Amino acid sequence: MKILVTVKRVPDTAAEKRLDPADYTLDRESVETIMNPVDEYAVEEALRLKESSGEGEVVVLCMGPESALPAIRKALSLGPDAAVHVHDDALHGSDALATAKVLAAAIRHVGPDLVLSGSESTDARGSLVPSAVAELLGWPGLIGAKQLEVEGATVRIHRETEAGYDVLEAQGPAIVSVVKGINEPRYPSFRGIMAAKSRPVTDLTIADLGIDPGEVGSAGATTAVVDATSRPPRQSGQVVKDPGDGAAATELVEFLAAHKFI
Amino acid sequence: MATILVLVEHEEGNLKKVSAEMLAKARELGEPAAVFVGEGLDSARDGLARHGAATIYAATGEGWSNQLPGPLTDALDAAASRAEPAAVLVAATPAGKDAGARLAARKGWGMLADVSDIDSATGSGDGGGLVATQNVFGGATIVRARVTTGVPVLAVKPNSFPAQEAPAEPQVVDLGQREATGAEIRVIDHVVEERGGRPDVAEAETIVSGGRGLQDPANFALVEALADQLGAAVGASRAAVDAGWYPHQHQVGQTGKTVSPQLYVAVGISGAIQHRAGMQTSKTIVAINKDADAPIFAIADFGLVGDLFKVVPRLTDEIAKRKGG
Repeated sequence: MKILVTVKRVPDTAAEKRLDPADYTLDRESVETIMNPVDEYAVEEALRLKESSGEGEVVVLCMGPESALPAIRKALSLGPDAAVHVHDDALHGSDALATAKVLAAAIRHVGPDLVLSGSESTDARGSLVPSAVAELLGWPGLIGAKQLEVEGATVRIHRETEAGYDVLEAQGPAIVSVVKGINEPRYPSFRGIMAAKSRPVTDLTIADLGIDPGEVGSAGATTAVVDATSRPPRQSGQVVKDPGDGAAATELVEFLAAHKFI
Repeated sequence: MATILVLVEHEEGNLKKVSAEMLAKARELGEPAAVFVGEGLDSARDGLARHGAATIYAATGEGWSNQLPGPLTDALDAAASRAEPAAVLVAATPAGKDAGARLAARKGWGMLADVSDIDSATGSGDGGGLVATQNVFGGATIVRARVTTGVPVLAVKPNSFPAQEAPAEPQVVDLGQREATGAEIRVIDHVVEERGGRPDVAEAETIVSGGRGLQDPANFALVEALADQLGAAVGASRAAVDAGWYPHQHQVGQTGKTVSPQLYVAVGISGAIQHRAGMQTSKTIVAINKDADAPIFAIADFGLVGDLFKVVPRLTDEIAKRKGG
């Protein structure tokens, strides 16, 4: 079984995220970056599937600038066999739809039986791409999995819901997006980190994927930012210290009542 | 007047709050047309009428389920062909975004996610159309954006617009039989792990969240008791979820949900950046923590430095007394 896992390089959690005023794209270069946190769960799930079946191949797919390579190597250090890195100047400024087009084309190019992705990335937090990819490929898209089983050609997930989960099933090939907590991701071993340096990374351009520059990037954008402003940071209001017996609760009750919350 | 399609979120005909909110906004922008998929139209019809739906596109019967993205997307597609809308509103929930993203991908239309406001653009050069507001980067940046290709598909954050009653007599248009395409997904089971009763974190007007300061999962009972007095949803910090104290569905933060309730009460939560990113656009923030240096106090409108085990039960009691009279 060939499993493809999509990973994205995103600004570090604590990094201040900034939009470039020239074109309102996210500045990914002057900040610390990491592999998108939820993607680690997707990589782990792919590795577990390969390990439990005793055979197969796990390939990482990343669409991102050349500077995304460290995130790819990070993913490889966990155990996947190879990676595909799609990068092209024409991709700068791509929106979710363009990203989905590129990933769908890359998926067709690689030809996996199953695609795993994280449910959302911490930069835009759109949660749109896995669904859009499934639609473009005409594959089932099983979104929000907190458990995954593959039995022959059948893919079964527990889809996280507000009060529990739904059991959904479809025939592969399929896209599955996973949520945090589906497993406990392994840490990279020293051997894994060293091995990652020599795992093959195939570079692809949009021409390799048969995509026209006009369909992606800023040129192909289906949305446009009108303006972006920084929200002034919140100020702290009143702070009350409790004498030790909980009596300050009364002041909080007054506050809540004054603001009509009770 | 331009039609604004609204994909109704419901559970067997019980309308989710966000459906009424979207209809209210749709009424400001044009003529609201609700797209109802699945079972329970008889229960939902009144609510849809009360909240101003001028038309209901009904996708009910065999093959139409609101539990799966295929039928939701097909219903939106069919309704959009008939209505030629100026915009399609879906809820910024997993189901709404799944269907909205598929519709956008299928039609090549632009989509904006997590929209907290929508205006009809006026003035300069842009040619008009709708401008959507998005709070990005944990609320640090406010973006206004437009869709430039096709019909805008906008995923609307719950709690963004007040629901308003505006009784109408909707015309019901049956979307007919569904033709299943390939790539069908089947629902095998629907498992409920938690008793219902409390609002969903994603759409609650008030949230009481617990963190590591609770020290033990059993102490979430304190959070729950306070939440129940306030009619609130229960949230949890990443630390609490990672420790297995509360389900991931309740996590608020960068790898959990982003919420913007009227009132957010953080109990025993230090307020690390990744948590603040998920709640700092709440209208009012209250924090209870024994550490005066906890970063949460920097963003709290009311900060209480004290022992939550003393404060929270008293708070819950006093609120109960006030209500009980």
